[in-house]
Amino acid sequence: MAGATREWSRFDARERLFRIGGVLVAVAVVVGSWEWLDMSLQYVTTAPAQVGDLFGRMVPPDWGYLPNAVGPLAETIQIAVVGTIAAVAMAAPVAYITAENTTPNRATYALGKFIVTVSRSVHTIVWALLFVVMFGPGALAGTVATAVRSIGFLAKLLGEEIEEIDFGQVEGVRATGASPAQLLVYGIVPQIKPALVGLSVYRWDINVRAATILGFVGAGGIGVQLFEAIDSFAWRTVSALLIAILGVVLVSEGVSAYARRKVR
Amino acid sequence: MATESSSPTGSTGAADRRTWRRPTAFRNRYTKWAVYGAVLALIAWSVASLRITPGRFLSGIGYGYELIDSMLPPETGSEYTLRLFDRMIETIAMAMVATVAGIAISLPVAFGAAENISPKPTYYLSRGTISATRAIDGLIVAIIAVIALGFGPLAGIVAISFKTIGFFSKLFAEDLEDIDMGGVEAVRATGASRFQSLVYGVVPQVVPRFAGLAVYRWDINIRSSTIVGIVGAGGIGVLLQRAYQRYEYDYVAAILVAIIAVVLVAEFVSAVVRRRVQ
Amino acid sequence: MLETENLGKTYPTGDEALRDVSVRIDGREVVAMIGPSGAGKSTFVRCINRLVEPTTGSIRLDDTELTALDDDELRDARRNIGMVFQEYNLVERLTVMENVLSGRLGYVSNWAALRRNFPPEDVERAYELLELVGLNGMEDKRVDELSGGQRQRVGIARAVVQEPKILLADEPTSSLDPETSRDVMELLTDIADDRDVPVLINIHEVDLAEAYADRILGLHAGELVFDGSASNLTDESKGVIYRGEEPPESTATDPDWLSGPDDESSARNGQDAGSDRLPAED
Repeated sequence: MAGATREWSRFDARERLFRIGGVLVAVAVVVGSWEWLDMSLQYVTTAPAQVGDLFGRMVPPDWGYLPNAVGPLAETIQIAVVGTIAAVAMAAPVAYITAENTTPNRATYALGKFIVTVSRSVHTIVWALLFVVMFGPGALAGTVATAVRSIGFLAKLLGEEIEEIDFGQVEGVRATGASPAQLLVYGIVPQIKPALVGLSVYRWDINVRAATILGFVGAGGIGVQLFEAIDSFAWRTVSALLIAILGVVLVSEGVSAYARRKVR
Repeated sequence: MATESSSPTGSTGAADRRTWRRPTAFRNRYTKWAVYGAVLALIAWSVASLRITPGRFLSGIGYGYELIDSMLPPETGSEYTLRLFDRMIETIAMAMVATVAGIAISLPVAFGAAENISPKPTYYLSRGTISATRAIDGLIVAIIAVIALGFGPLAGIVAISFKTIGFFSKLFAEDLEDIDMGGVEAVRATGASRFQSLVYGVVPQVVPRFAGLAVYRWDINIRSSTIVGIVGAGGIGVLLQRAYQRYEYDYVAAILVAIIAVVLVAEFVSAVVRRRVQ
Repeated sequence: MLETENLGKTYPTGDEALRDVSVRIDGREVVAMIGPSGAGKSTFVRCINRLVEPTTGSIRLDDTELTALDDDELRDARRNIGMVFQEYNLVERLTVMENVLSGRLGYVSNWAALRRNFPPEDVERAYELLELVGLNGMEDKRVDELSGGQRQRVGIARAVVQEPKILLADEPTSSLDPETSRDVMELLTDIADDRDVPVLINIHEVDLAEAYADRILGLHAGELVFDGSASNLTDESKGVIYRGEEPPESTATDPDWLSGPDDESSARNGQDAGSDRLPAED
């Protein structure tokens, strides 16, 4: 302390108050949340042991079951393929009206935003619940759910891509006397093609993962087998299926990453 | 140059006309057709085995009208609304706790998965953890958690925390890899320990990104916690599943509207906070 | 032959970018349009092929009145007007050849355009033009791999492959370094000579305009204030063009002068003087 006349601190008083206040509010909310949930601590302390016990019952995986999983795994990929293609077809016009520079008027813009919001805010499994009511159990409901869930994602990102279009390039083609269709083919499509292909492949890869759970509500895919195994406590089958799912997901992720790197 | 080209078309007969074909982005044209063929075959095979027929599709659309009709108007009875609010608060509380817990577990994994900070064995272990937690869908995790821990929000919190690890560790590790190591070395050079150099050299550089990612993940976790109840892991999803099974589609509609509203508010809050901290 | 009469453009914002510009361009002359930025040079050039819609006046290309055309007719007319842009305006993700051939789009069907199936004579002409602009062997490179100078050469080839009746160039050198700028100007003047086509270049570098153009148009605040040969461009006339100074009495006797912005009759004189001068140069 001897001779220390100047003090230093990283933040001034107001800023510090603001920061401390923010942290306090966050802590209070989390503690309040915990209280509200009313879970006994004893429950939590036994959780790791119970999870560990479950994993213990999962080894060794029942590899013998896997041949039965090939068909449903293929169906999972098929749902993702068809769902994604349908989604791209439906998302293209939505992207067109969601992009500020191409949307015809404010009403279409609002409609585009609305479709994007609803599609993205409702989870695949909820869409699947609704479409199972409509189409009955099976892969059709799952495919439609996958497609509808993907529209928002694709339309939003594709719309952003359309907003980035360089109209100088379009103008250059227009100045040669090209027709509107030629303008589209020559001036616009080349600019958004890489994004279109990249986003579609990326969404397909997300959809493979999402399609693994459709079976829980009866909408097809590997999930049907997985949940049967869980319901009958066949944990070694469950672990084999999980590993198979992991493999399929990683492979499709690899394919998708490779394709996106190639398209530019 | 000028004289050479003064009669460009006249000098060239039909015999030495050059042709041009658009170059392909693939290695050669055969590769191109092979890839196109493979993609088309995949699509055809998928459509064929899913047995999606126009008839099934159209009759489904017909049922769709009935479904929408029974959803409207959404159920707004006070007793229903009260239950909805109660479950919604539970949903948000679950997301809060799961975000904090998930991030707490993610931090060591993230540091372990940052190539510039962590030793090789730790790096591979952490990367493996991240891949595994990312590949399995949150609902599958939630189902397993429900079996292990019983119905209720705890299973949901465990599932959402688990999914947080893969996301948060991966992105935060990338931020850590982007830091300027010059600063860390400078702190090191003053004789600071490994831990001190982390605190002084690394932490200040990544705090804003950390805060931004945390809020972003919180927003995603709100979405997830509205869903996990469908498999019994607590939150508004429990209500949704119950209403669905009782064919109370008007109540389903009310719950869906509530979910969309909460998701939008969370997205908005997250966007505002992220803009401010970065 | 291109002729504009009292061409005017007022933007929806109320900015009057162009007022009563009357110009006649003919033969194989190279005409440079100079003026400070914001004087309306770009607007003028873009009005000619109606990338910008003029609000008043008329534009005639040979016997066609361009302002009266509907969309289909305008597309046909645009085939006769080649245009080179400041930012090249090439489709960057397409190859050099695709960009050059896009100059022939007005002559092929949509289906052929989709399949990039152009008549053999178009392809041959495109190859010859690539040689002319010094890009032989580059036809399958993507435009985004090229340098600025190379891109502008592709832009010129695209405009020339149209076999236009007039070539417009909107600040073709602004994005290029000085040496490349001179190469591009040389190329444009060579093309005017070889192809017997008039070239209208709007440019802000006065030294380039003086070095390469036969005739100079000066624009100030949307009005034509100078129209004469490059040798008649004095310091006083530059003052008028760039600073809006009143022309001094001594130079007002110069036949190329426009005595005042509103004086239409002398504007006509100026044009006539400009075009009359041409045969002498041949």
